[in-house]
Amino acid sequence: MATLKRLALAASMLALSGMGAFADTIKIGINQPLTGSVAASGTFITDGAKLAAQAVNEKGGVLGGKQIELVIEDNKSNPSEAAAAAEKLISRDEVVAMMGAWGSTFTLAVMPKLEEYGVPMVVETASSSKVTSAGNPWVFRIAPTSEMEAKAFGRLVPKFEVKKADFLVVNNDWGRGAADEFGKMLKAQGVSVGLVETMDPAAQDVSAQLAKIKASDADTLFVTTGFEQLSLVFKQAKALGIDRRTITTGGSQFPDRLAEQLGGAADNSYHILFFAPWFPEAAANPDVAGQYIDMWNKSGFDKSGLSDGFRGFDAVTTIAAAIDKAGSADPKAIRDALWAVDVKGVNGNIKFDKVGVEGSESGQSSPNVYVIEIKDGKLALPQI
Amino acid sequence: MDQLLQHLLNALILGSTYALLGIGLTFIFGIMRVVNFAHGELYTFGAYMVYLFSVLLGVNFLLSIVIAIVLGIMLGALLEWVLLSRLRGADIDTTMLVMIGAWIIMQNAEQLIWSGVAKSIPMPFPEEPLSVGGVSVAWSRVFVFAVAILLIVGSQTLIQRTRLGKAMRATFQDRDTASLMGININMIYLATFALGSGLAAAAGALLGPIFIVMPTMGNLAVVKAFAIVILGGLGNMKGAALGGFVLALVEELGAGYISSGYRDAMGFLLIILVLMVKPTGLFARTERIG
Repeated sequence: MATLKRLALAASMLALSGMGAFADTIKIGINQPLTGSVAASGTFITDGAKLAAQAVNEKGGVLGGKQIELVIEDNKSNPSEAAAAAEKLISRDEVVAMMGAWGSTFTLAVMPKLEEYGVPMVVETASSSKVTSAGNPWVFRIAPTSEMEAKAFGRLVPKFEVKKADFLVVNNDWGRGAADEFGKMLKAQGVSVGLVETMDPAAQDVSAQLAKIKASDADTLFVTTGFEQLSLVFKQAKALGIDRRTITTGGSQFPDRLAEQLGGAADNSYHILFFAPWFPEAAANPDVAGQYIDMWNKSGFDKSGLSDGFRGFDAVTTIAAAIDKAGSADPKAIRDALWAVDVKGVNGNIKFDKVGVEGSESGQSSPNVYVIEIKDGKLALPQI
Repeated sequence: MDQLLQHLLNALILGSTYALLGIGLTFIFGIMRVVNFAHGELYTFGAYMVYLFSVLLGVNFLLSIVIAIVLGIMLGALLEWVLLSRLRGADIDTTMLVMIGAWIIMQNAEQLIWSGVAKSIPMPFPEEPLSVGGVSVAWSRVFVFAVAILLIVGSQTLIQRTRLGKAMRATFQDRDTASLMGININMIYLATFALGSGLAAAAGALLGPIFIVMPTMGNLAVVKAFAIVILGGLGNMKGAALGGFVLALVEELGAGYISSGYRDAMGFLLIILVLMVKPTGLFARTERIG
């Protein structure tokens, strides 16, 4: 009898200590591509998220002393895996909020799960307009839409004197969305749009598309895809003797790595980014940007990841601010609090406006956009 | 006109690598009838070995390719010895399931060792492409083309003109009779699988530096390899080589003149057509091995 009592006591103590550990940390789910065709970017964004969690925890955590804990899942650069990862994060790990899921296609695959379980997600990268126009009130995007990106770049179009542009985009919601929005913007400025070529997200050989582009009389080529495929596009364009001004969009291009790996093959290219770590003084919040760059370098992460890692940093900073504002770790309360956050992020100030379907609006912030040029194998702010 | 010539040139170069993938699988699937889903992992293995030796250890680039091929042959022999030799006489489904298991284990091991982030391998060739008239091609691709043709001709010679090739053909035509004639069939199984694996590793070692190296790179490669083998006719070495060129041509012209979004679909559409019209494959004469 005595043994049984002691056992019961031990068991209840174990249960209590388990609960204690659970109550002290607040779990945030990270749904990113850590393997597959866009793994480089997803890995850096996850690194940035870790730094933000570290920064928040060093300052005493959230809700008066609770630490935040990131639960990281790999969505394998695949939409069905992204949905499965979200399901796991919500039902098994019981995260109170999520960040994800890199690409527009992955994010769109995750979104029904948010509504089903009632968990908010801060969208850090996806740029397709569909993400915030679907009437999903659990989505809060801190990345610019392709339309915002196109509009911001539109100011530079007259200076570039573009007459005719071709597009080469990855064949998914992101790529096709970018081709649509940039195409609309260019046409509105009287620029004619020529070819719109697509490539499979996993394709390694794009010579066929490039051979077609080579024969076109356009003066500018817009390319939208992740870093991995982008480096192949530049290499193969060079091999086909294509020497044309190239403008890349999306913010996940790692121009410093392109310049280093490709040398002259990346010259005469411009890259639309959302953070330019080489010129922190040009950032909207230089102090926050400086702190982020310091933490990144101290952690020994790859320097070329800075231009993309900030997305994870800003997203987790935003979620932490919302948890504090909500005053509880209830997903619905966090969702409501996200409408009220005003965070100083690396990209700029993060505040959500209501967009999309009336009555079930999604959140969208207004991020800053930067353009970087690769010239003689080096990065520069374009002199235009 | 220049555009068409450029497409044809691209197809020729891409076709040589497809042909290389196809003949590797011809040894294993076409001749041995092992539905080898792990074939793509040998391809990935070859690419990572070049990365390991040429980038991390600083070995000469050409030597790294040779080392990668030799290690691919050894890994193939190991797979045959550990897994397949126990499955002699097992039905095709059992073998297929075991190879799917091997595929998953190998791909995850690659992710564990190399991480999911893609690697790039610099090549010691001039950056300026070779341009003739309006068409251009990278020197690196000329190199790949030359080596691929060399390996294709070598394999064809091996299977048609050597004693080993003759023993292979005999073994897979009738194992019992070959055994009665004094052929060591266990050795033949081992050698055939190892050679096919070596060719997959060679394809990876040649293409890895042209493209980028990542753990999932073998997935599309293995599907295309199966398509090429079926297109060319099971077990037909010349057919597989020609099948590779046909597939590249269809993809290239399809992407260039019809729709780039359906580039990979074009190839598979062709295969469906071939299977409907000539189920034994484009270049098969009669059901005969070798």
